[in-house]
Parts: sequence; C-alpha cells; structure tokens
Amino acid sequence: MGDIASLDLRRYLRGGSHSAGVWAALIALIIFSLLRYENFGGAYNISSFLNYNAMFIVISVGMCFVILTGGIDLSVGSVAAFTSVVAAYLSPYGMQVALPGAVLSGLAIGALNAFFVVAMRIPPFIATLATMLGAKGGALVISGAQTISVDWGSNFTRLGMGKVWDIFPWTAIITAVVVVALWIVLERTSLGRTTLAIGGGEDAATMMGLNVRRAKCFVYMLSGACAGLAGVFLASGFGAGQPLEGIGWELSAIASVVVGGTLLTGGMGSVLATVAGALLLGLVFNILNFENGRGVISLSAYWQMVIRGAFLLAVILLQSRLSRTTQKELS
Amino acid sequence: MTDLIEMTGIGKSFAGVAALRDASLSIRPGEVHAIIGQNGAGKSTLIKILTGVYRRDAGVVRMSGHDLAIAGPREAQDAGIATIYQELSLVPLRSVTENVIMGYEPRSRLGLIDWKAAHARTRQILTRFGVDIDVTLPLGRYSTAIQQLVVIARAVSLNARLVIMDEATSSLDDQEIETLFSVVRGLKDDGVAVLYISHFLDELYRICDRVTVMRDGRTVATHDVAGTTKLGLITEMLGRDAGEIQAAGLTALSGGTSEPGRTLLQADGLRTRTGLRGIALDIRQGEIVGLGGLLGSGRTEAARALFGLDPLTGGAVHHHDGVALDSPAKAIAQRIGFLTEDRKVDGIIPHLSVRENITLAILPKLRKAGAIDRLRERQIAQHYITALQIKTAGMEQPIRELSGGNQQKVLLARWLALDPEILILDEPTRGVDVGAKFEIQSIIRDQVAKGLAVLLISSEFEELVEGADRIVVLQDGRSVAELHNPGVTQDALINAIAHHHDKGAAA
Amino acid sequence: MSDPTMIHSRFDPARHGALIALVVILAFNLIVTPNFFQAQTLFVNISQMATIAIVAMGMTLVIATGGIDLSVGAVMALAGALAPLIFLSDFAQANPGLGLAASIVVPVLVALFCGVFNGMLVSCFGVQPIVATLILFISGRGLAQVLTNGNLQTFSNPAFSYLGTGRVLGLPFQGWLVLAIAVVLTWVVTRSIFGRQLLAVGGNERAARMSGLPVRRVKIGAYVICSGLAGLAGLIVVAINSASDAARIGNLMELDAIAAAVVGGTLLQGGRAPIFGAILGAVIIQLVKYTLLANGIADEVALIAKAAIIIAAVYLQQGWKE
Repeated sequence: MGDIASLDLRRYLRGGSHSAGVWAALIALIIFSLLRYENFGGAYNISSFLNYNAMFIVISVGMCFVILTGGIDLSVGSVAAFTSVVAAYLSPYGMQVALPGAVLSGLAIGALNAFFVVAMRIPPFIATLATMLGAKGGALVISGAQTISVDWGSNFTRLGMGKVWDIFPWTAIITAVVVVALWIVLERTSLGRTTLAIGGGEDAATMMGLNVRRAKCFVYMLSGACAGLAGVFLASGFGAGQPLEGIGWELSAIASVVVGGTLLTGGMGSVLATVAGALLLGLVFNILNFENGRGVISLSAYWQMVIRGAFLLAVILLQSRLSRTTQKELS
Repeated sequence: MTDLIEMTGIGKSFAGVAALRDASLSIRPGEVHAIIGQNGAGKSTLIKILTGVYRRDAGVVRMSGHDLAIAGPREAQDAGIATIYQELSLVPLRSVTENVIMGYEPRSRLGLIDWKAAHARTRQILTRFGVDIDVTLPLGRYSTAIQQLVVIARAVSLNARLVIMDEATSSLDDQEIETLFSVVRGLKDDGVAVLYISHFLDELYRICDRVTVMRDGRTVATHDVAGTTKLGLITEMLGRDAGEIQAAGLTALSGGTSEPGRTLLQADGLRTRTGLRGIALDIRQGEIVGLGGLLGSGRTEAARALFGLDPLTGGAVHHHDGVALDSPAKAIAQRIGFLTEDRKVDGIIPHLSVRENITLAILPKLRKAGAIDRLRERQIAQHYITALQIKTAGMEQPIRELSGGNQQKVLLARWLALDPEILILDEPTRGVDVGAKFEIQSIIRDQVAKGLAVLLISSEFEELVEGADRIVVLQDGRSVAELHNPGVTQDALINAIAHHHDKGAAA
Repeated sequence: MSDPTMIHSRFDPARHGALIALVVILAFNLIVTPNFFQAQTLFVNISQMATIAIVAMGMTLVIATGGIDLSVGAVMALAGALAPLIFLSDFAQANPGLGLAASIVVPVLVALFCGVFNGMLVSCFGVQPIVATLILFISGRGLAQVLTNGNLQTFSNPAFSYLGTGRVLGLPFQGWLVLAIAVVLTWVVTRSIFGRQLLAVGGNERAARMSGLPVRRVKIGAYVICSGLAGLAGLIVVAINSASDAARIGNLMELDAIAAAVVGGTLLQGGRAPIFGAILGAVIIQLVKYTLLANGIADEVALIAKAAIIIAAVYLQQGWKE
C-alpha cells in the first residue's frame, strides 16, 4: 500500500512547479484590471493597495513558515489586533519605540504558542485557538474595548501614511525587506531547510539529527512577530489601535499560503509564491471595489467575509487532490 | 583489538515492565554484526539505547574503550553512529541533496547555504554507490531502493564508524538487495562496522560475520555466523527444543489435500492506476491460491483490486453471483474478507475492545431495530476468542494492549466471523512470533478443509510453496505463470520469477 | 456490564479530573460568590449552559471521528439570523402557526446543510477539518450579516421564546432539551450501528474502510448532527434574548464547545465520544464564566481564563496518553 501512495507522490512531484499558476493568475488579473479600470494603474490606487495589503502579506509570510512545518497559527488576527493597541499606546515615544515594542509583544505571544506546541505538545490548532482567545481578551482588557487613538504628533503615523516617491508606502517597503529576508532564511539557511524538512517528515528530520524543536519554536515566534508587525501597520494606517480588528485574517493568510502552492500538510512551499497569493487575494477585493464603484455590483462590507471564504474554498478544492496524496504518504 | 562498541549489563524498563535485563552487545571494527530475536526480545530497545533515543536504566556503553553518553540522534551522528531505520528516515518531499547534506550544509562566506557546493558534494558521495541521478529533484521521485541508498550515502558521508540497518531489505527486491549487500561489503572494506537487524535468516548467512541472539530482553549468545545452523539459531531465539521445531516443520500451512470445488471468482486482464497491467487468475472453493512475485510486482495491488479498493481501468472481475465488486462493502457482502498486510495501519481500531474489533465487518448482520444485537455480538466474540485461543484479559480489553500475534488473531477472527467464502491473506504471519505463526497457519488450513478459498500473498517462499495449491506468478503487474502443487519447490518458484523477470527486462 | 465508550472502571484523569474541578468550583462559589445557592442562579446557569452543552455534544461526535468543527458559532449565527427573518415576514404574520413552524424548521435545515457542506469537504475532498470548517467559520457569519444587513432584529413572539424562556416542571425548557438530546446521543454512540461505525472511523479510518464501513457517510453524519445541534442552539440563544444580532450569536462558541468536549474526556485524536462528559465539560465552562462574572471580573478576562482551561485540559489529556 505504501507503493501506491508513493506512486501518487511521485506523480505529484513530477508535476513540476506548483506556484506557476498563482503568478499566471496574478499577471492576468493585473492586465485585465489595467485595461478595464482607468484608475487602476494610478499612483493613488497602487499606493493604497500596497498599504492595505502590506499587513496581509506580512502575516501570510509568517503563516507560510508555520504551515511548512505542518502546523497552523489561528491566532494571527487577534495578535495583530492586540499589537495594534500596544503600538497605539507606545506611539507617543515615536516609531523607533512603537514598532519594536509591538513586534516584540507579538513575538511574545508567538513564543507562548511555541511553548504550548513544542514543550507541552498541544496540537497547533488548539494551542493557537487558545491564544487567539487570549490575545483577543488581552486586547480588550488593555484597551478597555475602545479603539485607542495614536499620537498624531509623533512620527508614528508617517509609517502608515508616508510614501516614498509618492507611490510606495513605508509599510510596503518594510514588507519587502521582511519578505526578502525571510526568503533568504527559507532558501539559504539550515533553519529554513529544517522548517521544510519537518513538514516533509518530522520523525525523519529528528532522525537526521536536525534541531526540530528549535525550528518549530522559530516558526511560531516568527508568525507572532509578523502578526505584531501587521498590528503596527494597522495602527499607523488607521491612526488607532483596533482591538476588534483581525477577524478572519487567519483565513486570508491561510488562503494566500495555499494559493501560493504551499502544501497544507507542509514540506513544500515558497515565500515568494505566498506573497503572490496574498496579492492575488487583495486584487480580487480591489477589483470588487472598482466594480462597486462602477455600479455593476453593490456589495456591503459583510460580503468581504463571504468572499474570503469562497476564495479559500476555491483554492483548497483545487489543491485537495494534492494534499490528500501527501497526507496519505506522510501518515 | 578493542571492540568498537561494547554494551554490557544494559537494563531498561517502561512503566515498570522490563524490556531489557542484563543485555549485552559487542561489535568489532569493520565487521557485519547481526542481531536476531523474536518480536519483543528487546532488539530495537537495545539499539535505541545505543543511538540515544532511550536512556538506559543500568549498564555501560563504551565506544572504542571510552564511555559513551549519547542524548539524541544528533549526538549519535557526531559520534559516528548512523542509523537506517525500518521506516525510511528521510524526507521524500525534499531534494536528494537536502536529504544527504541536511544538518551539515556547506556554507558560503556569508554563512548561507552554498547550494552549488552542496549538489556537487552529494553527486560525489552518490557516485561511490554507483548512483547517478539528478540530485536537485525531490527524493520522493525515486524508487525505494535509491531512497535507501541515499540514506546510507548520508550515513557514510558523515564519517560513520558504525552503520545500523534496521530491516533495511524489507522493501527491496532481489536485485536491489544485491546492490545493498555490495554496499555493505564496501563499507566493511573501508573499516566501517555494520549492525544488521533482519527477520530473514538467509540474509545473515550471506553477509554477516557474527550474530547476537536475544530473547526476553537478554542476550542469549553471540556466535561466528560460519559456525551456526539455521535450526540452531531458531532454537536459541525461541528457547525451544530443536527436535520439536524440526518435527513441526517450518510452516503449518502444508498438509492439505483438499479437492478444489467450483470457481468462485475469476479475474481477467485486470488493469489499474496502481500498476496492474494484465492480471488473470481464478479462485476455487477449498483451495489456497498463492500470489508469487517480487515486491512491486503487483501482489497487494491485485488483492486490493479484487476487493474493490482500487478502481479497474481495464479487465473484469467475475464473481459467481454476478455481483460487481466495486467497494469493500460490496465484497464483504459477498463474504469476501481481506486480512491486510499492515496490522496497525489497516487493521486494528486501537481504542475499541477485542469484541468490537472482532465484529466490525459483520455489523450489518448484527442489526436489530437499528441497534446492535449485543447478546449475539458477545456470543460471537467469545466463540472466536476460544476457538482461536486469543490471549486476552477479556473481550472488553482494548485491542491495542494485546501482543502482535494476538492482534493478528483478532483480525483473523474479524474475517472468519463473516463466514467467508473467499479470504485474501496478505502476509498473514509477518511480524508475529513463531508460535502464533503456527497457530494462524493451522487455523487457515482447517478453514480451507471446510471449503474456504484463500488467496495467499507471502514474501516467505517457504510459506507459499508449502501452503498453496497453485501459485500465480506476477511480474510488473502481469500474471506470467502458474505453478501447480504438488511438485513446486522453492527453486522452481524462484526460477519462475527470475526467468520471466529476465525476459521482462523492464526492471 | 462495562461499556468502554461510557464508563471506565479504571482511573481516567480526563474524566475524574473534570469532576474534581467541578467540586472545587462549586465549593468556591458556595463560599465566595454572593447569592450562589439560589434557584435563580441555578436557572440562569442551566439556561446558559444548555447552548454550550448542545453544541459540545455535536462537537464530541465530530472530534470522535478525528475531526473538528470550527464553524459551529457561525452556524448558530446563521440559524439565529434566519428565524426572526421568517417569523417577522408577511407570510408568517398572516399564518402564525405555519410561520412559527417554518422559523424553527428552516433554520435547522439550513444548519444541517452547513453540516453536509463541511462533511463533504472533509470526507469527499480530503480537506483537513480545521481548514474545511474555517470557511464557514468566517463566511457563515458573513452570510448571516448579509441576510440581516448587519441589523439587530428584535421581536416579541412568546411562542418562539418558549425555546429559551419556557419552564417544564419548574426548570428551564432547554435544560430538559439537553437531557433528551444526551440520552438519544448516548444511545446512538453506545448501542447503534452508526455509533460503532463512528468510533471505528475515528479510531482507524483506513481499517474501518477495509472492514466495509461507509466511512464518508459516517463522517458526513457526524458533521451534520453537529451543525444541526449548533443551529438549534442558535435558535435558543435568539429565543432567550428576544433579539438576534448576527455579529454576536454564537461568537467564540467553537472554543466553548471544544473546551467542553475536551474537558469531558473526548480524545482529540478521535475514537471516543463521552456524551455526558461533554455536558460535564459545558457545566464547568459555564460555572467558570459565571464565577468570574459574579465576582466582578471583566468579560475579557474570562476569555483568557477559558483559553487557559483549554490548554490545561488538552495538556492533561496528552500527559495521560503517554
């Protein structure tokens, strides 16, 4: 029976690159939009698109690392909400304090996840579901369930509202730096390769003498830190810490990771394709906004949730055959 | 000369149950050393203590005369002990290179992994084993044999002084085993010691220098292989009298002289996506039909296709009732049973009791007003526990607490409870101890005498040759020959497989 | 007669630990919480506990198959949003009897359909349960809000409100409902063919398939029952409040339900389904909430306490397994 599973796996592996589709779809949608919407290529749309999606790209990349190990992090949305409040409180001290402070607070929650998963051996989805709850509670407690306005006098808001050459928001530039750094980590360091090996077979990775525990701690802390950074973007972009934001973000992040060709069961995937996946999902909403503006369709904000779900549904149905194959192989 | 590894007085208990008491092992540099013993004799526990997976409760481990304290796989590797586990210890989704150099990657000046150097080094290492493949592709794309060689290559590249092979050949075909053995001989020539664990005694005589026999957590003896006999080793493993074993024969399937009855099932030109490319066979009442062939020849796949587990892409299965067998449920409704090869994965439901495991396949028959007829269920369970002499604290004991042989008997009971017409047995005695093996074989023989038809898959040629009335020989997913008993010898079977194999040339 | 799915004669920390926890919480409340030993307190706790227990029993079945259902809260919202829409419609105003029936039957049917959706994704498309049910977890609530346009629906419909405020023999109606459902489900799990199949599928799916069990049907069945019970719970919440807010109904219920199931002794790996354990778990979760609330501790802190309970319960379970 092992033979059959490995046959399937072999066929799957022969299929070549699994991220080609997302790039093709992304380019096709961009061309479509450029032709259809006059303002699509304008500086305003580009910079607001990048600014808004920067936080989703950041959490998606963090999520990508977690999923590569075969885990999942459901807490990212709550963590971002929590750190946005932290960032708002720290904003009077300026960006140089608020940014690292919020990222560190996200990292701390990630470390808690890592502790639950690695040391206490609690299944990742339960552990991160609990921290999702905990972070939400924490955000509400420290904010008193109110949005917390940032200090407009400090340089903090420049982060979310300032632009380079009037088109690239600072958030997008920071995101790009993070993405490149993490891309190098995944492709060119033993920590990154261990992350991949864990998803491909945790026991085998242990037997090879790889430091599995360290890598697992790393991915959850990374995901927490990424969510922390997203919280900073959230607070600086909207001018306030938002304790009630972040609902459904984990869904967007998982969808972006999966559409980028990363196997939900781990072991295979890429940082750059995840970014493409996040951009694709963002583009879908961008297009819907344009259509709304043209009066072609009229969708309330509540549809966002439904569409996110539908997007993930479409993606996983496409990938279901693949993930089924690997589940069989790795079980 | 100092021994490379010297383990003495090793003791280890799990939750108060002693797995090892006063076990010992000594391995000389550059020798191929075998450990044999029944399941539960303590072989794997001893090895896991050596490789740092478990911590010992008592005893001393020395390597080249120095005390050795290993706390994990990584430290074992660094000390020069490499292990090739039964379940391949590699990552099929990742590239060949990563599987070889992972943990010891060449770095560029910036401290990042230098992939060019890594690929080159991997190619160089593999060349030594006569393997020339694209190392950038995922390992999962290659055959099991290549994967196995890659693991060994990794071990050797880490300057191992001892390579432990745990059931390394169990998923290889003859040719691949030959390659593996030449690699082992090569290691030996380089002064690397090999610790070899295998259920196949024949292999011992082919490559091992010395053998350590274990029983009940103790080391019974260590011999030069050249001075032993197979019967002598089995005697030591079992702790039973040699004459007794000889009288019983090595398999209890033999001795049936039944006349086959009408044809129950007939298959023609079976093709599947799982690799069958033309299988024809028929099964008649009261006979044992063996499926012979190497691993990968399509034996299990043929059984799965007959049982309705894998869809056919060509050919047809004719059941004597004219029913299409396209799902296990339908096959079971036609009183066909399938005792699978992998007990843990495809057989037992660990949390459920012995009773619930026995009656699993006959649930539809126990239906009484939507509920389970509990009285009848208990009667049936008790009947089979008695009839098959299943050693259990009671029918309510969870099956996971039973020994391997008794679990296998419960699974056999599951299918016998169906009052089967046809029973497919895939490696029915693999991984069970010799005593249980005899019992299982004689139960099967009894049932066949009563009219049961059996399709038998076995990697032990002895079991096939002595047990089957007919042997259908498979090769590359095709049925290529049929041998009839009496008169089939192991040599004849091997010839049939080998002969067609040469002609096939596709290997 | 010992039945492995219900009562273990051996010590089982997951189960006895929960009983001890219950005793400790009760003792604490009797000493510390003002007015704890009163009928009113009992009624409030029973009616609050009932929704958790109903959902947790369904969750227990899903977890027994080795799955998880994150969408229960969203399904509650969907059912809870639909019911007032129906009995406030012109049709129902004209035919009160029929309207009332439809306002209970239709939401439950929609909930059952959600279960089919989840079950199909898991069993036919092989999607991991977490991800499969995450879709409705988000979209289900989104749909509920789309349906109501995000508005709070308030109403006064005594017949419908009986679901949440009625009394039978002096005790809240939904308490009796919990008991009835528990008895039925216990029978299903321990005596019926479906129950045995459920435990077998959860215990070892491949072996169950090899033994001819209808694995897909069994799994879909578990998700359908779970969603159906969630829908019912949604109706009860709406009935208690005489108001429906799609954003709030069943919010974070998946956590309560999972916590209750795990505290009650359900193994996350599947293969065991202690129904009354789930009720015990629900009682504990509710009492913890009540204890914090009654002693003036903010709702938000209760979230953190709940998170801690989940982690502790799963951790104890892991320890016991090893």
